Amino acid sequence: MYRWLLCFRYLRTRYIALASIISVTLGVATLIVVNSVMAGFSAEMHDRLHGVAGDIMIECQASGGMPDPDAHLAEIRRICGKDLVGFTASVHVPAMLGIEYNGQLITGHVNLVGLDPKTFDQVSQFGRHLLHPENQEQVSFDLREGGYAPERVQFPPAGWSYRRVKVEYERALAAEQARIDAMRARTDTESTTVSETFESAGPSVNFGPTVNFGSSNTTETDTASGPSVGIGPGSELFADGETATAQKFDPKTEQFPGIILGIATCSVRHRDANNQVQDFYYGLPGDDVRMMFPNAAENTKVVNQKFTVVDLYESGMSEYDGSFAFCRLDQLQEFRGMIDPQSGTRSVTTIQLKMAEGTNLAAVRDTLRRRFPPQQYAYNIQTWRDMQGPLLAAVRLETMILNILLFLIIAVAGFGILATFFMIVVEKTRDIGTLKALGASGKGVMSIFLSYGLLLGFVGSGAGLLGGLLFVSNINEIASVIEKITGQEVFDPTVYYFSEIPTIVHPWTLAWVMAGAVTIAVIASVLPAMRAARMNPVRALRFE
Amino acid sequence: MNDEIILSARGLHKSFHKDRNEVPVLRGLDLEVTPGVVTALVGRSGSGKSTLMHLLASLDQPDRGEIYFGNERIDNASRPRRDFYRNREIGIIFQFYHLLPELSAVENVLAPMMIGQSAWSYFRHRKEARLRAEAMLDRVGLLHRATHRPAEMSGGEMQRAAIARALMTDPRLLLADEPTGNLDTETGLDILKLLTELNQLDGLSILMITHDDSIAAGADVCHRMQDGQLQINPAQPNFQVADNRIPA
Repeated sequence: MYRWLLCFRYLRTRYIALASIISVTLGVATLIVVNSVMAGFSAEMHDRLHGVAGDIMIECQASGGMPDPDAHLAEIRRICGKDLVGFTASVHVPAMLGIEYNGQLITGHVNLVGLDPKTFDQVSQFGRHLLHPENQEQVSFDLREGGYAPERVQFPPAGWSYRRVKVEYERALAAEQARIDAMRARTDTESTTVSETFESAGPSVNFGPTVNFGSSNTTETDTASGPSVGIGPGSELFADGETATAQKFDPKTEQFPGIILGIATCSVRHRDANNQVQDFYYGLPGDDVRMMFPNAAENTKVVNQKFTVVDLYESGMSEYDGSFAFCRLDQLQEFRGMIDPQSGTRSVTTIQLKMAEGTNLAAVRDTLRRRFPPQQYAYNIQTWRDMQGPLLAAVRLETMILNILLFLIIAVAGFGILATFFMIVVEKTRDIGTLKALGASGKGVMSIFLSYGLLLGFVGSGAGLLGGLLFVSNINEIASVIEKITGQEVFDPTVYYFSEIPTIVHPWTLAWVMAGAVTIAVIASVLPAMRAARMNPVRALRFE
Repeated sequence: MNDEIILSARGLHKSFHKDRNEVPVLRGLDLEVTPGVVTALVGRSGSGKSTLMHLLASLDQPDRGEIYFGNERIDNASRPRRDFYRNREIGIIFQFYHLLPELSAVENVLAPMMIGQSAWSYFRHRKEARLRAEAMLDRVGLLHRATHRPAEMSGGEMQRAAIARALMTDPRLLLADEPTGNLDTETGLDILKLLTELNQLDGLSILMITHDDSIAAGADVCHRMQDGQLQINPAQPNFQVADNRIPA
């Protein structure tokens, strides 16, 4: 009893010991903040990594894909049993994206994914990352009238309304261009008659390939795409070509097959003069873009296909946002010739599986690998963790190293406690002698100082816990204050796609951080406590 | 062994070492303390009074010789036994009071109770313990100072509190190491009066160490220490005590 009474009294009267425990407090607070931010970060990252990938991916390496996906699915369902809660088949193909902007063709490499809108959402959180609120509910590859990204003030107008205005404008521009060209041609004819014959011969030659190109493809859309490729040749005939195709295809009311672009494939993010983050879009919902990708034939040819952007995909993972484009599975299968002309079965390149919560993904993956051995099937079977293995491992390693370093800080604080306790033991020498004279045992005296260490550990780490939790709950405000003071942005939104710092507080983390800090405080008080216990009472009583 | 003797020492030897020189302090000292009386040990500074006191309180161990508490040899008893002996069977007061500065007077008085019992059993009996501590403080005339810290008390008050603390566990013998050594004459006499009262009214046995002959004069039995040995001094008999002693 006296040990508790005494150590509570010591706690209240020895402020020097509280000073020594401040380092423990700070260490604990830092540990909690770091762990919460890291946990928030990695949860956010898991979420996003997992967002576009199912639990398990079966990818066929062959360009033609796996024939008869239904039979595969039946087999997979037999293997996985009731753990399988969703699946989707898709076609993944590397493609080149071309966006016409300001008369230039802006190109980029993307993975074109043909997906089944009905089932794709079952395995991943695809819809959640789209801009249009209705598309978030149910993905549609038809262009919407407007209302994209309603919560973003800066997002430019998009959709049908934008498309109509744009087509209007382009037509007016083309008509004006044609008028100017016609005027210039007239003046040219007046000056030279030779060039006229040359020019009139030229266009028909140039026009040829466009027509040929169009006829080589079955879809009418490709015919329409022809003219814009041939933008180089005589502009007079270009205008002619445009009007000729426009009879078949009216961009004011019709659209090409829908495509959803990753937001970073068609936009750049930068800072303006006021240091405000600005997004600039080369392509918006309503614009037409060009995709070039290999077909599935043995003698591979490039398919050149126009699509209309119907939405943008923003997951927050720059890796995905900058490299994915999505279109309808059946259309992509058609474009690539993945439909067997005899049986009509459609091939796919990828099957994604969604397993029940808590399923051991690695075990399912291994079972599937045994069923589809790589010697026989050119399949790559991976869990989503396998695909992002190095990244996840890096984050884990980072968290672990930070924890070790911060615990070293607390251990250093432990030495501070040790020194302070030695001082207190020396200061209390006479009291120790008195206690022994009153019949206190060595163990009892030792336990006074151990309890004192324990109590200090609790107080210090408790204060650290409170401080850490306060810090975590106000981390965004604190970050903005730091930004104001230092002028440095803590979380650069051009680098991280976070509007605020994500944090998750795990109760277990709190528990083991507290336990660790208290243990260190107790261990640090063992040596001084032993010294107190062994103190010769006679010498202690005489101590001045 | 005589049952009449409460504490006895036989042939105590104790020496200290300093720079390889052996400094003998006690040289075969014999002592017997009879119950119910005030025994005084007088000696000059450095005569080994305090060393003897520490040996008797089992805070230190003699090089040679034996100490008996009643019939039980205490100097080589086990640690828990000696802790119990100090806690329950004797009470000690010091020249410098040795109160714990963080605790109030009443908490200081309670300290031996807290030390002697487990936290749980103390907790169950805390009300009785508190009442007894207050009774003890009342006994030494310090109840009005119960919640004061030692730093807020005078020397005499501190020594009274220390006496109350020593009496808390109802010991059979009170060891007093220069109880008035740090007090002015008047306060010292007050303390002495209190001790005499305790002896006379409650029959408490007291062994008091002092360098002051005038204080020793108030004792029933007086021993003089010289050269590490005890000299019974018949030249200073005490007459007044025998009359008003309450029979045990």
